[in-house]
Amino acid sequence: MPDFSLTLTEASKTYRAQSRTDKGAVKALLPISLRVTDESPRVIAVAGESGSGKTTLASLILGFQQPTSGNVEFNGVQLAKLSKKQKSEFRRTVQPVLQDPFASYNQFYKIDHILRMPLIKYGIAESPSHADALIRKTLSDVGLVPEQTLGRYPTQLSGGQRQRIMLARLLLCEPRLIVADEPVSMIDSSYRAIILNLLMKLKDQYGISIIYITHDVATAYQISDEIIVLYRGRVAEAGQTRKVIESPKHPYTESLISSVPMPDRIHSWDSELATVTHNLANETGCEYTAICQHAVAQCKVVEPKIRAVAGNHFVACRLYDDLPEAQLFDVLKAN
Amino acid sequence: MSTELIVRISDLSVTYETKASTVTAVNEVSFNLNRGEKLGIVGESGSGKSTLGTAICGLTKYPARVTSGSIQIGEQMLFELPQKERRATMLRDIAYVPQAAMNSLNPSMRIRDQFLDALSRGVSRKDQNRFDDIIEARAQRVGLDLSLLTRYPHQLSGGQKQRVVIAISTILSPKLIVADEPTSALDVIIQRQVLKSLSEVQVASNAAVVLIGHDIGLLAQFVDILAVMYAGKIVEMGALETLLTNPKHPYTKKLISSIPSVLRRSNLAGIPGLPPSLSELPVGCSFEPRCEEKIEKCSISSPSLKVASARKIACWLYDSDDTSTNTSVRVRGS
Repeated sequence: MPDFSLTLTEASKTYRAQSRTDKGAVKALLPISLRVTDESPRVIAVAGESGSGKTTLASLILGFQQPTSGNVEFNGVQLAKLSKKQKSEFRRTVQPVLQDPFASYNQFYKIDHILRMPLIKYGIAESPSHADALIRKTLSDVGLVPEQTLGRYPTQLSGGQRQRIMLARLLLCEPRLIVADEPVSMIDSSYRAIILNLLMKLKDQYGISIIYITHDVATAYQISDEIIVLYRGRVAEAGQTRKVIESPKHPYTESLISSVPMPDRIHSWDSELATVTHNLANETGCEYTAICQHAVAQCKVVEPKIRAVAGNHFVACRLYDDLPEAQLFDVLKAN
Repeated sequence: MSTELIVRISDLSVTYETKASTVTAVNEVSFNLNRGEKLGIVGESGSGKSTLGTAICGLTKYPARVTSGSIQIGEQMLFELPQKERRATMLRDIAYVPQAAMNSLNPSMRIRDQFLDALSRGVSRKDQNRFDDIIEARAQRVGLDLSLLTRYPHQLSGGQKQRVVIAISTILSPKLIVADEPTSALDVIIQRQVLKSLSEVQVASNAAVVLIGHDIGLLAQFVDILAVMYAGKIVEMGALETLLTNPKHPYTKKLISSIPSVLRRSNLAGIPGLPPSLSELPVGCSFEPRCEEKIEKCSISSPSLKVASARKIACWLYDSDDTSTNTSVRVRGS
């Protein structure tokens, strides 16, 4: 029995229609299963464009939203049924990194306060001087100089520094799982590498699993062990990152990879790119049908099933109907 | 392609006045663009790229101030024109596509009315119907569905808003389009669509473009000439292909190697250290403290932009002693 486990079982999320004028409910996330334990820490990337349900998935994992169907369980207990003590434990061990380092701080508090609060709240530090020592050590761990950071306000720091403060704060909580929602989309490319390398270090040194949510498959490819590609709430493709990115099977994964801007003209964007923006909530079949080059009439009607391409590589597409059916659960269990 | 000169920036400097000190955000930047040429300016935050963008458009606001240099648009020297003519020239010839499209539209006006606003200052309400064709043509050019015109900005997605902003800001068919990170905060697929829209607008009016960004990969999809800015100065500038395949300046090399690839898995390389504070610039080259190829001279004096290896470069490593510092030598795109 692992000390830490977080399990999603067929969890889905449908956002209700807000008013009568609203067109209807939005299926933000179709049933998805995955499991993270502390037995084998990994970086799992969740990739997709806006509206693919990746942030909804993050908020289910973090317990910000209740699943419409299915379960999210922390150490075998449903999130909604956690006792007060378990809830506190859950909040400490599952930590978010938010996208916007400019909007996620209360600018009236000094950095000291932001870092000290979790130590007090979760009773991690034994004394004020212990707290101080922990804060200094952690700041150094994330590559900041305590003397230049403490005593300052968030507005006095750059985006990259703020994102590192965010990492320092969650490190102090001794988490088992970090849910990083687009942690580098708003910072410069030179800082991007620093933050991503830090995340990798957390995995290697502290054995923390990371769910890395991104629209950028290039960074996902660089740092993740496994990847889940979402399209309009459905898992299009999943599995070991190398396999998925180096030999993508789903047409959507291919288009996502070809959209990565490369610093050369060989892999140019000149080719046509079709997209749809209208709401497909009430349609049946594969959501990608409208823009898929390989679509046939059948795609519109039949729900694509997840099939195993090879060990730890799964795809949900009609093109691979001859392959054996699989459970996504297996993706993140097998290694 | 004709070689009509669209914009000539000469020794442009912009400073910010703060209580503590005066910092130079843009430091003697010069470049020319001909009709149809596309220049990309890349740099980290604080490199002065956005300040340069607003200065070209004449939008510099206190506490920023243009302290030296000149901007020539077509035949006209922008700073020498009387206020009224200057404003007219800027409105007619330069389009500024701002970074935060989300905040650039009036939330309480329908999209069509915002188009009209840009087109028809001082035109009476009943004459406004004649603009319908223009508005619809422009909206379609950037790939917007015409039904969106009757909506309010909050009913549009980020990519749609950015395309509306591109269509509105270029509706007067400008000679020069300055786009400041038009795709930041958008996901890759939407980025691709927005750049495509920008490209269509550019082709239609054959305008010169200055595209500002921090993502070389993205800029490479669009521009012909690349300028790398660091601490307010252009440190390397040349044809895109030349710079990408054979970067010379240590900073450009680092920038290119820090781009994550989907072709090869490798260690992510960052750029060690931090950009210098503009109020405490090093005496020598601004990049010297972070540079891995520095030589003795680097910490003593600052290199100037010179022509070497088919580009302009400001680095002591490539500073030949011949005095061919003719800054009017153009480094052309292919």
